[in-house]
Amino acid sequence: MVIGVDQIVIAIVAVVTIPLVLLGYIIVGEQVIERLPERLQTWIRPYFWALPAIGFAGVFMVYPLLRTVVISFRNNADDSWVGFTNYIYFFTFPDTLTSLRNSLLWLVFYTTVSVTLGVIIAILLDRVRYESLAKIAIFLPVPISAVAASIIWKFMFDYHAPGTTQTGTLNALLGTVGHDPVAWLVNSTTNNAALIFVGIWSITGFCMVILSASLKAISSEVLEAARMDGANEFQIVRLVVTPLLWPTITVVGTTMIINALKTFDIVYVLTAGAYDTDVIATQMFSQLAHAHYSRAAAVGVVLFAAIVPLLIVNIRRFQQQEEQR
Amino acid sequence: MSGVQATTREMAPTVVAVSFLDRWGHQLQRLPLHVVIIVFCLIWIVPTIGMIVNSFRSLGDMGNAGWWTTLFPPHGFTFASYQQVLNTEGVGTSIVSSILITIPATVIQLAIATMGAYAFAWMNFPGKNIFFIVIVGLMVVPIQMTLIPVLQFFKATGLNGTIASVWLAHSGYGLPFEVFLLRNYLGGLPREVFESAEVDGAGHAVRFLRIAVPMTIPAIASLTIFVFLGVWNDLLVALTFLGTSTNRPFTVVITQLVTSLGGGWQFLTAAAVLQMALPLAVFIALQRYFVRGVTAGSVKG
Repeated sequence: MVIGVDQIVIAIVAVVTIPLVLLGYIIVGEQVIERLPERLQTWIRPYFWALPAIGFAGVFMVYPLLRTVVISFRNNADDSWVGFTNYIYFFTFPDTLTSLRNSLLWLVFYTTVSVTLGVIIAILLDRVRYESLAKIAIFLPVPISAVAASIIWKFMFDYHAPGTTQTGTLNALLGTVGHDPVAWLVNSTTNNAALIFVGIWSITGFCMVILSASLKAISSEVLEAARMDGANEFQIVRLVVTPLLWPTITVVGTTMIINALKTFDIVYVLTAGAYDTDVIATQMFSQLAHAHYSRAAAVGVVLFAAIVPLLIVNIRRFQQQEEQR
Repeated sequence: MSGVQATTREMAPTVVAVSFLDRWGHQLQRLPLHVVIIVFCLIWIVPTIGMIVNSFRSLGDMGNAGWWTTLFPPHGFTFASYQQVLNTEGVGTSIVSSILITIPATVIQLAIATMGAYAFAWMNFPGKNIFFIVIVGLMVVPIQMTLIPVLQFFKATGLNGTIASVWLAHSGYGLPFEVFLLRNYLGGLPREVFESAEVDGAGHAVRFLRIAVPMTIPAIASLTIFVFLGVWNDLLVALTFLGTSTNRPFTVVITQLVTSLGGGWQFLTAAAVLQMALPLAVFIALQRYFVRGVTAGSVKG
């Protein structure tokens, strides 16, 4: 192990020093502010408290965001304006178009399947006594990193030529029903579905837990009343439970759409975008890794543009909540 | 349920038999429900179990037969993969790097976020609403949108490739959500507590450190777990800023080994198990806080 002692020292110093610095900032700053005239105090104090947070957000998010938009209209050397050249590249080059198509596939299937499964599993588990145990099983992949999840699924998808022993779980299962093994991650008809499924597997527990919490909030009287009126269980789920869950479903759905658009890790680890599995985020990273900064910036802007409607929805929802406070 | 109650009363044998069959009929009706649930549970745990089992097998065994064959003797369990992983160049260092990245990054962002959230919750200032709406908006901005300028900023300041660069980047990316969440929590604390402290002559520093922070501990605890594991599991940020540096964290090293090894990657199961051991341990030990931290995201916006 060649880890430098100095690095450990730096980390320890950071953990201790930074809170101390902030503490000093608060105490010394307040001492100074309290000596100021009353009117100046009320004016300065809030900015003083919010400054570190606003500063970080400004340096690492707001400024880079605006700067990325600028870079996307510049040439790679950043010495002249090139108009929409980088965008035209993105929307005409076959590889980037493939990534756009795949991100759409992720958007549609990852979102609908993970939310639907979340609802179904939450409703099913609500009816059995071993609910909490089953919830742990479904939730287990959530804390697992995408990197580890990818290795888990690399084994599930493992492929060997027909006629040889299949060590991958899925192909071994196919073998028991007499089907030829499938090269899940290479075959271009299965690989995107396979990757999206890994994503769904990782996130369904998250959807389920949130939806389950909101399911528990539905009063049992409402359900009893529906049963008294002779509704069967399917009718209750379709006509009573789903409408009552709808606000939560839209919140979870929005989060899943954003997740789908930002998908990077699973694709990067399992296929690195090969065999037509590239998505927008991996496409952007490979442009970045090849130092095509302005092209990468244009890809980033396209990704951001896709998220802007959701950003507006989020802000609207926030404003509504504020009015209710 | 009615069947259960009926059997508690004194009954003729035929009635008992009928209610017994009734109960069985009821259970039988519910059989598909149990089957579906068990199938779901299996799909969600078996892959992980399979990989963990594989991590304790030799490379030869992994290539010759599936993991399930090991469940029957001779098991042939071995730590060979773990030895190979830990002897692989860069792995040991990267585990240390992961720790050195994760702890300070978590401490820095939570300290700053709590302070900022206090200002947004308990102070009034011009532009407060606009600042906060920007923060709500920033929560969903993909970090991809910021990578290039931040990378250029790190290169210009000489921070590129240092551990400090990812502390700062993670802090910047995590802040909007944390400020949002903590501001809502802090804002929900009873006004009287702060007012009576003010009457007693306590300044903002005292009110923040003695009242606001202690009362916010439950929220901070959940958020700490969430942020800590988010940084520990992160790939994109580390890959971008430390991809070629000697300070690469564990996730980056595993990923680079997976993509560079054509065959013989199977021993990386041990690496994956080591990488996910911490998150799983935290999840199992602190389940309630963990779920609360993870699901806090659903309240956002």
